[in-house]
Formats: sequence, structure tokens, C-alpha cells
Amino acid sequence: MTAASPSEIMTIVASRLLSNGTICFVGIGIPSKAANLARLTHAPDLVLIYESGTIGARPEVFPLSIGDGELATTADTVVSTTEIFSYWLQGGRVAVGFLGAAQVDRFANLNSTVIGNYDSPKVRLPGAGGAPEIAALAAETFVIIEHDKRKLVEKVDFVTSAGFLDGGDSRQQRGIRNSGPSVIITDLCCFRPHAETKELTVTQLHPGVTREQVRNATGWSVKFADEIFETEPPTETELDTLRDLEHRTELAHRGSGA
Amino acid sequence: MSKYSPLADAIQTHISDGDCVALEGFTHLIPFAAGHEIIRQRIRDLTLVRMTPDLIYDQIIGMGCARKLIFSWGGNPGVGSLHRFRDAVENQYPNEIEIDERSHAAMAASYAAAASGLPFGLLRGFVGSDLLAHNPNLKSIDCPYTGERLATVPAIRPDVAIIHAQQADRVGNVHLWGIVGVQKEIALAAKRVIVTVEEIVDKLDAPPNACVIPAWVVTAISHVPRGAKPSYAHGYYERDNEFYRSWDAISRSRDKFSAWMNQHIMRESFETLHGEPML
Repeated sequence: MTAASPSEIMTIVASRLLSNGTICFVGIGIPSKAANLARLTHAPDLVLIYESGTIGARPEVFPLSIGDGELATTADTVVSTTEIFSYWLQGGRVAVGFLGAAQVDRFANLNSTVIGNYDSPKVRLPGAGGAPEIAALAAETFVIIEHDKRKLVEKVDFVTSAGFLDGGDSRQQRGIRNSGPSVIITDLCCFRPHAETKELTVTQLHPGVTREQVRNATGWSVKFADEIFETEPPTETELDTLRDLEHRTELAHRGSGA
Repeated sequence: MSKYSPLADAIQTHISDGDCVALEGFTHLIPFAAGHEIIRQRIRDLTLVRMTPDLIYDQIIGMGCARKLIFSWGGNPGVGSLHRFRDAVENQYPNEIEIDERSHAAMAASYAAAASGLPFGLLRGFVGSDLLAHNPNLKSIDCPYTGERLATVPAIRPDVAIIHAQQADRVGNVHLWGIVGVQKEIALAAKRVIVTVEEIVDKLDAPPNACVIPAWVVTAISHVPRGAKPSYAHGYYERDNEFYRSWDAISRSRDKFSAWMNQHIMRESFETLHGEPML
């Protein structure tokens, strides 16, 4: 078997953070990949909720869109979009909100709206979707993003979803009740917020990754925790399961109408 | 009087320049055929409403039919950007487009409020988000019972809602299933409702709690098999993911987009191009 790629390691590390039985509100893309990998390895009773209203989805292949038929067919129940956000998310049923973003900043604020100025943007991104409420209403959030200077920035161009805002207790001051982002998983490392300042701090490095690499790929002067864990390398089961899923997905999505 | 009419007649009769129109569908049952008919009839100055504007809104915007968009997520799901939408926002091409941007939860609350006859929707939403500073429609209110500050969004009551469903009976009662999104909410929020359906059946085999929209809520209905392609109709055909991927290249260039629209939408039926439904 070929060695795990940085992107595979990122997905596997994220999957390990989801414990069995957790109720997880999942974003499409890498969060959905990691969550399904967890479900097929150590967390068979992980409950996946997608904003398309599918509760308890168990897709055989990765969905391309958040509303693929696969999610509805394999779900325990399918509810309206209105209901998923009101009763289930706002009602406090979700333990982990699992999000991606175009940019994350030093205080874990997320941007998926614009690069540049809002009124005359350099790049108009798709927008908020369900993220602002997922970030504010799930008990905690996990964020997954590729490690790149343009993505991990000192300050996001636009706060789509509040992280720790300006740091310290500014999140609580604004009246947000949950604890917020507890971990940012990248293809190089994991950041966790500092207990007081809430600045994202490197707490874990993936196998073979140096501090220098992380510094060079981060858009702010990055701090490292006193104690840094080294990520356990992917197991054969994790890597096999992930690759098998990718393979099945490719076959299923290939060809017209698939 | 029968509510059934050809789609072109339904669009012509019930949609005018300047209307506020919502073609809803959360990835599933997106009323593409109806959107194409709007483009063919060159209806202008529309305010488009949708939680997840995707390819059909990219086409309507790119063809210059819209002046405003109320939305929460505008992308090509699983693929990336909507290039015609971006061109309109970033470069005012083919025309300037005003945006009223909310979150999914806020859009759903806006629809539910209109369907319930209320002026605004209430949610615990977008605290700390910069959306608040950029959208004057997003406001807040103090709860009269607890004093908690809660977010409010104005109700959205479109002139016309358009939805696609799997089945309708001969009277025009409509049955949809699978990912039902906000279709019931938007149908009850709008002043007029146009429905396209895959199949007309003698009797709806709908369980008691099914998502059924009674004929008396529906203004006009058209039989349009494959009317949701390239999205999907649960139980009838699957999502054409390849087409969603290929749209990225078609829509990146203004010329390529125009040529594609002229060939496939203005001159011939996209639904014919897409062939027989896959059962």
C-alpha cells in the first residue's frame, strides 16, 4: 500500500476525533468524508445529520452534493430544511458541528462569503449556507481546512461564522452560548484554541511535519503549545476503508446520470 | 376548471417582468424546465429567491433576467463556483445584481413566517457574523419573556413559487417525497404557485403524513417529465453529477455560456437533449 497523502492523513485525523454515538451535523466535502470514515471504522453509531434534512444518514459512497439521493435513502428520517434548522440544530440536539471554510483566522473565525471587500469582492464565494448557525448552536465545532497561507490568515476578509471573534471572552460577550471551535484540523497539524486568549495554537503535528513547515504555511506568527503530540500514523484499516470509499465513490459518480 | 396547462402557458400567464419568483429545491427536484421556460420567454427584472441558487439560477442570471437575488448559498454543489453569478456580482455582467444575503436557517425562517402569515421570522442566528453589518434586513428583537436578544428576518412572500414534484393526481393534488427542502413552505408563502410534475396518476398513494400540497393551493400545474434534470427526482432518475461538473467549464466563459444557452435552451429542449429518464 502506498503511504498516506497529507490529505488522507487530515481526513483520518478528523475521523478519529468523532467518538461513537456522537450526534454530528456535517458539512459537505471533507467533513462528510471524515465523518463517514469514522462511521465505517471506530464509530458505527455516529449519527450524521446533513442540512438537507437527512438524519442518521449512512451513505455507501461520498455524496457529491449535500442533497444526494443516497443520503435520503439511507437516513433514519428525512425532515424539511425548516425543521432541521429549528427543531434539531436550534433545539440543541447537535453535539458536534463539522465545518469547512475558505478561510480561517487566528481566532478561528470562518469565511465562506467573499475574498476582498463585500461590496466589490475580488472573489465572490458561495456564501454562508448553514454555517453561521451550526457554528453558534452545535455544542462545539470542528473545522477542517487545507494548510495554506491564503487560507489560514491573520484576519478573515469576512466573518461568515463567528469563532472567537477578537479572542479572549469576546465570543461570550456577544451572547453566543456554545463553546465554539474546539479543533482546527489541517493536512499538517491540529490547532486548538488557547484556554484564555483563544488564539489558535498548534497542539499536534502529523507524522514527519516540522514546525518550520507549519510556520511557512500559516498567515500569522504561529504559536506552539508547550506539549506537542505527534499524530499516530494511519492504520491499515483506516487507510483501506478511506481508499475503498473513494474508489466506490468514483465508480458511482462516473458516467451520465450516476 | 382544470389547473393543467402546458408549461409555456403557465409561465406566460402567471409571471411578469419585475416579479419576485422562487424556484425552490434543496439539490433535489429543482424545477429546471420551468427556469428554462422563463429564459426562453425573456422575462426581465426578476427578484429571484432561493436558499441554494445553483445552475438554473446561474443560467437565469447569465441570460440577464434578474435584477436581485435573495439567497443563502450560491454555488455548484460539490464542484465550486457559479461563474455567471460571480460575473454579475464581481463585474456587473450582464447587468448589476442586488443581493440580499442570509443564512439557510434565516431563509427557512423567512419562508415559514410568510407561510404562517407573520411579518418576520425569529431565530437564534448569525450572532457575530459580518452578514449583520452588510444586510440591513437582518435585525434583532428582545424576547419579551426572557430578555434574550434574538435575530429576526423579514418574511419572504414571493409573487410566484415554482416547484417540481414526483406526482400529481388528475385534480392537481401534488405529492413529493425524499429531500423535501422548503417546498411546502414556499408554496404556502407565495401568492401564486406553479407546479411541474414527473407523472400524473389516477390516485396519489400518499401515506397520511406525506408531503402533499392540495390542488386548491396550486395555481397552475404542468406535466413535465424529466423537468428537474440535471438535478434528480427521487424514485425516477438520479442526479446527473457529470453535467454539474461539466457546467464549470461551460459557464466560465461568457461566449461559451451564450453559445451553449443558444443551442440547448433557446433553440431546442434541454429535456429532449437529456434523453429518457433513468428508472
